[in-house]
Amino acid sequence: MTSAPPGRASALQATGAGRYADPLFKWAAITAGVSVLAVLGLMIGSTTADAWPVFQYQGFVDFFVNDEWRAGFSRTDFTGEYGAFSFIFGTLVVALIAIVLALPLALAVSLYITRLAPRRMKGPLAYTVELLAAVPSVVYGLWGLLYFVPTFLRPVMELLSAALAPVPLLGTFFAGPVYSTNYLAAGTVLAIMILPIITAISREVIAQVPPEQVQAAYGLGATDWEVMRKIILRRSFPGVVGATMLGLGRALGETIAVAMLIGGSQRWGLSLFFGGDAMAAHIANTFQDAAPETVQALIAIGVGLFIITVIVNVLARLLVWRIGRVAGDAAL
Amino acid sequence: MYSTTTGTHPGIELRHSPVGGETPRSEVPEQIQSAVFEIEQFGVSYAGTPAIADISLRIPAGEITALIGPSGCGKSTLLRSLNRMNDLIAVATHTGTIRYRGLDLHAADVDPAEVRRRIGMVFQKPNPFAQSIYDNVAFGPRLHGRSKGLDDVVERALRRAALWDEVKDKLREPGHAISGGQQQRLCIARAIAMEPDVILMDEPCSALDPIATLKIEDLMRQLREDYSIVIVTHNMQQAARVSDRTAFLTVDMEAADGQRCGRLVEFERTEKLFTQASDERTEAYITGRFG
Amino acid sequence: MSSLPVTTLAPPRPASEVSSSLRAADPHSRRRRRRSRVMRTVLLAGMIAAMIPLALILIEVGRRGANAFGWSFLTQTEPPFRREGGGYLQGLVGTFYMVTFATAMSVPLGIMAAVYLVEYGRGWLARVIRFFTDVMTGVPSVFVGLFVYALLIRDIGFGTFVGALALSVIMLPIVVRSSEEMLKLVPEDQRAASAALGARRWQTIVKVVLPTARPGLVTGAMLAVARAAGETAPLLLTALGALSVVTAVQGTPQSALTLLIYDGATQPFAPGQQRAWAGALLLLGIVFVFTAVARFVSSRSTVRPD
Repeated sequence: MTSAPPGRASALQATGAGRYADPLFKWAAITAGVSVLAVLGLMIGSTTADAWPVFQYQGFVDFFVNDEWRAGFSRTDFTGEYGAFSFIFGTLVVALIAIVLALPLALAVSLYITRLAPRRMKGPLAYTVELLAAVPSVVYGLWGLLYFVPTFLRPVMELLSAALAPVPLLGTFFAGPVYSTNYLAAGTVLAIMILPIITAISREVIAQVPPEQVQAAYGLGATDWEVMRKIILRRSFPGVVGATMLGLGRALGETIAVAMLIGGSQRWGLSLFFGGDAMAAHIANTFQDAAPETVQALIAIGVGLFIITVIVNVLARLLVWRIGRVAGDAAL
Repeated sequence: MYSTTTGTHPGIELRHSPVGGETPRSEVPEQIQSAVFEIEQFGVSYAGTPAIADISLRIPAGEITALIGPSGCGKSTLLRSLNRMNDLIAVATHTGTIRYRGLDLHAADVDPAEVRRRIGMVFQKPNPFAQSIYDNVAFGPRLHGRSKGLDDVVERALRRAALWDEVKDKLREPGHAISGGQQQRLCIARAIAMEPDVILMDEPCSALDPIATLKIEDLMRQLREDYSIVIVTHNMQQAARVSDRTAFLTVDMEAADGQRCGRLVEFERTEKLFTQASDERTEAYITGRFG
Repeated sequence: MSSLPVTTLAPPRPASEVSSSLRAADPHSRRRRRRSRVMRTVLLAGMIAAMIPLALILIEVGRRGANAFGWSFLTQTEPPFRREGGGYLQGLVGTFYMVTFATAMSVPLGIMAAVYLVEYGRGWLARVIRFFTDVMTGVPSVFVGLFVYALLIRDIGFGTFVGALALSVIMLPIVVRSSEEMLKLVPEDQRAASAALGARRWQTIVKVVLPTARPGLVTGAMLAVARAAGETAPLLLTALGALSVVTAVQGTPQSALTLLIYDGATQPFAPGQQRAWAGALLLLGIVFVFTAVARFVSSRSTVRPD
């Protein structure tokens, strides 16, 4: 095998069928990539096509601002009345309650884990909070409906209602009667459900604050809390807003747990203790009994929900992207 | 940078004996009899910015050729052009020709995979696959459809790379679980298992300790019996110790277009280049006054 | 408070004017220290508060679920809600059936899409795909159910396949995203080594890149499976639910663990509710095992995110 004679190198051309495999493989990969777009496109196209007649029948604006929802029973045309405002209102209220409750807690948790927890505890603590994200939403619904709300939340709600309902103005939001399923019950359980996603992203954002700045602040005699408030929270503000919006997106779209806890009344009310309905929840609650025309109306609600969540998600992604993609949040 | 002073170079031991017994070198002829690479007017640009230009060189078969020069002189670019690894960089373009055993490497119908099959490469940082030692060596033969007699192929390649005795009992262990020097010899074995004609080495010892480096250098001298070897190194002692011929490249800043670009200064028998360089830039570089 | 030795030439000022200790003496900084201590406690309290729901869920599901759980729970179908005994066999079968189907559809496609993004994707197309994959992870799962309904169900009816299709649409972006991260972790020098041995692009991907990333890919797929197994809303609209074990691929409504839990929890009879708790225990067990194994696999990986 001494140095090969020139003849050995006689052909550098590709031989065999192997050379066709490369472009084929590349095209397969491109097709797979594009199919993700195709699925999304198909998703928008087919649902919008179904929802369109409903928007035409009810009027596009009226569909969103009218609060009269009366399911029709026709197989062929539209006979009911389809104003989805009650559900939109319910979705927004429940999501707002969830954010208000979850955000401070998520910030406390992420600050505690990144700044105060003993080094050995950081991993396990973060992991435990993220485990909340692994609990299926129907388990939250079951637990909330049959245990958490009747055992813990309902006494609290009754207390709140008794204390605050007589107060003028403010009382409107706490007016009874208090049943187990209402906006506040759904919002509270939802807060637990979105806690891990807000925590996970806030934690990554907070961990990215340059350590020199933190050191500098300590060097100037700042206390732990001053460092957290003036350096860390200020620096990570856009990221935390992004994290909150991702949580909001999740809260808006959450279906089953909300469906089990919100009340399901097709109306809306200003009281936190009102048993209303939300967009996703209403679809889940009434789909199985819906006549064809109402199914189309439910699809129209779905389209509205899709538009709202996509806008929220896109804004959130833009905010979070500024600080780089957060690895692993897809799993949450 | 280097311990040598001026004039002659007592610090550089030109023909040191391998650690484990003599391997007498055949006489290196003045003239190149048969060339494995004929490089003519060759240049490479990255996104329009030239990295090397106007390089003409005949690399002899059956010898060790070293490419030396200061960092940024394009010696790695030149090396990576010899097996078309530069194709993997999307923005790289070339001018001129390289003929490998008389065949134009960049001809339209040439398959880069076929080129790389014959011209093996060893990288700066040992890069075994995250697979077993055995699978690392068998990777190339399997790739090209070989499934029988792999045990023999693997053993022969590992023996040839002077690694067999150290790993024969742990062939199933992962390739990255051995020492850095062993990993690099594994990478050499992996290249040898393809039965290539030429082996290109891109600073193969720069990530290794001195003892591992000596072992690789010994190995190179042994491989010279069977393969043509081209090595890029920034270690001049290494070039002096192992190579038969040395090409010195430098960064040319006085080019007409004003761009920094690597050019060939001098190509000589190593002994001659290190004792009586004909170009003063070579002289300056190897005596440590520049670079 | 011990005072520090004062070595100035000027006559020492009264102790009230100079801070004679390294402890925070003046009221302002004492207040700051105190506030910091208080806030540290508040954060700790928040941390503990965040742990409580998980503890309550695990305890309650474990306690109440164990009542109705047993061998018969896994081997019998559900009787009417009022009646004791029986189990969630049809849900177990349905979930297993649909998730397997969905995995077979979404994992190869998702990994291939990630291969495109990491190995080939350079220009605008890759950016667009990446962005809309992220958007897709945020799509409400009930909307996915509506989509499959609008697209297919009026033509081919409810059943296993359409349920699996909905789950696969939910899994797809999760698989793409996690696989992309994992493929990016494969060092470039592995690709170079493969190419230098004469491997073509596809050979490098199939024989080097994917095997090197395998533990990470498995992790991503398992997390997606855990997610799919816990989905209810899209199945409500596609699988619909069933009272007995269904083996038909399509055309017959299919059951799932989550659907049975939902039905059991929202009706007023104690035996049905008990079975829902047992079902929750089973589902939580499945999901946590998958999540834990996924983490374990990725922790043994040779390339991993740090």
